[in-house]
Amino acid sequence: MNRINQKLQEDKKLLSIYFSAGYPNLNDTVQIIQDLEKSGVDMIEIGLPFSDPLADGPTIQASSTQALQNGMTTKLLFEQLENIRETVKIPLIIMGYFNPMLQYGIEEFCKKCSEIGVDGLIIPDLPVAIYAENYKTTFEKYGLINVFLITPQTSNDRIQFIDSVSNGFIYMVSSASVTGSQSGFGSSQEAYFKRIADMNLNNPQIIGFGISDKTTFNQATQFAKGAIIGSAFIKNLTENGVGNISKFVSAII
Amino acid sequence: MSYHVDEKGFYGNFGGAYIPEMLYPNVEELRQNYLKITAEPSFKKEFMSLLVDYVGRPTPLYFAERLSKEYNTKIYLKREDLCHTGAHKVNNTIGQILVAKKLGKTRIIAETGAGQHGVATATVCALMGLECIVYMGEVDIKRQAPNVARMKMLGAEVRPASSGSKTLKDATNEAIRDWINNPENTYYIIGSVVGPHPYPDMVARFQAIISEEIKQQLQEKEGRENPDYVVACVGGGSNAAGAFYHFLDEKDVTIIAVEAAGLGVDSGESAATSALGKIGIIHGSKTLLMQSPDGQITEPYSISAGLDYPGVGPMHAHLFESKRAEFISITDAEAMDWGIKLSKTEGIIPAIESAHAFAILDKKQFKPTDVVVINLSGRGDKDLNTYIDYFKL
Repeated sequence: MNRINQKLQEDKKLLSIYFSAGYPNLNDTVQIIQDLEKSGVDMIEIGLPFSDPLADGPTIQASSTQALQNGMTTKLLFEQLENIRETVKIPLIIMGYFNPMLQYGIEEFCKKCSEIGVDGLIIPDLPVAIYAENYKTTFEKYGLINVFLITPQTSNDRIQFIDSVSNGFIYMVSSASVTGSQSGFGSSQEAYFKRIADMNLNNPQIIGFGISDKTTFNQATQFAKGAIIGSAFIKNLTENGVGNISKFVSAII
Repeated sequence: MSYHVDEKGFYGNFGGAYIPEMLYPNVEELRQNYLKITAEPSFKKEFMSLLVDYVGRPTPLYFAERLSKEYNTKIYLKREDLCHTGAHKVNNTIGQILVAKKLGKTRIIAETGAGQHGVATATVCALMGLECIVYMGEVDIKRQAPNVARMKMLGAEVRPASSGSKTLKDATNEAIRDWINNPENTYYIIGSVVGPHPYPDMVARFQAIISEEIKQQLQEKEGRENPDYVVACVGGGSNAAGAFYHFLDEKDVTIIAVEAAGLGVDSGESAATSALGKIGIIHGSKTLLMQSPDGQITEPYSISAGLDYPGVGPMHAHLFESKRAEFISITDAEAMDWGIKLSKTEGIIPAIESAHAFAILDKKQFKPTDVVVINLSGRGDKDLNTYIDYFKL
């Protein structure tokens, strides 16, 4: 069974952390992953940097730009992750934009992920319909879970369709926004979280965008299986470096 | 073979809507409605009357007698430079703002590189009394001060894009992010035949008025609707899409797309996407784009800010791949020389973008009976500082 599905069966609320590979320093990737696991994080999203990250706010954009300047490439990320499964057991997901994957070759990319032990992918600009028609077979051949996003504006019909194509979890974007652009949740967001929870979808939901601390993590996970922290973690890396990871995580869970 | 968009939003292998889910409701709303809205008689009537009374259409198809004599062929110029605001861009912004109104949107956003599309958007927002926010790269804001001032005079807010390379592609990213953050009341007026479906098709349809008029005007002047050649410059490709549109299925018309070679196609400072690009995804569209082997989008270069885009509209990528259009790239130096040459020969100072198209006259052989239509997409007022610096005028 895929590590993501296994993890989703655990009787607890899951904390997933996103970081941009190659940031703050080119070779921090493995250390960050190991420290996150040791600190008790349940799942990690490894950001594959892109020059034009449309769905990201300034914090993740800046870390992505810096990672590219540091020399991060798809090939190098795979090299860094080559032996990651000797030390790390939790699910690993690569999150990135579609173009770098397309240039690597989708089949090759999936094969490499599978060899390394990457469990899933999140590709914000690969729409579900194009995935279902052109790429689903390849992803499944290599045992990869592809995770789709939904937002407060996503219609119920479309959510049902996304649920039917998904085989892991659904990434629930907390509000209409790019990453890292808000703090705290209001009543309209709670209503949205509740509406989705009440749909009893096949795939559990994990909430992302706007989760930055213990309060927002707890708020989100009242309604969902877990929550994802990205920008707030990257800010912490920027301000406190890689040595501060366990402190950051223990303040949340 | 079809050169028009298919029902899934593709031109052959190119196009589609590779967008984050956050944009899906807005893009889908537009996709479902754009053909319906633009087919309504009331829409057509308002669009046409604004094109006539406000933009100044039809623009002349001018027989360039001295140039024709020099090149021993029949050269006609489609005078988009005479449109209100100085270029073809306004054909599209008029169309899109009417669509935005029909969709009940109250806030307009746009991206701009050199500022021409920004000015054309600010203009129609003033005309309709709608809030207007234009994203422009920090670098471009410094380079294009007069257009920034024009947008401000027209009541638009110009927001600097300070991410990435701080130019057009980053301004486009920022406009898309704004749309993600404002999904309910906002409409995004894209300035070229780029972006996710249905934008490339919708913008091409609004610009198609150019070739529609060429057909009528050639009928009057030459007794035939089709020229032997139609020539236009291509950055994103909106003026070219408009000039080619009604000739795409006319096999006797040779289509020539002119790209900016910058300092030379192999110089590393170029914007010749067909020569240097590979298939990939940019701004929600699968098309040819300039990128690193690793799939990072690279920064193009051209002396003309309007051709300085790392991709090309998916329709043009398809015209290139299917060989329906011939793609020729022209250097900065060749284009700049034509800026002077057209001024001195015909008394018309062209935009540097449009000057690129004229340079093919030195690259191709034409017969005396050939009818060659060159789309003169914009006037050179905005480029005066560049001309002054380049030629020490």
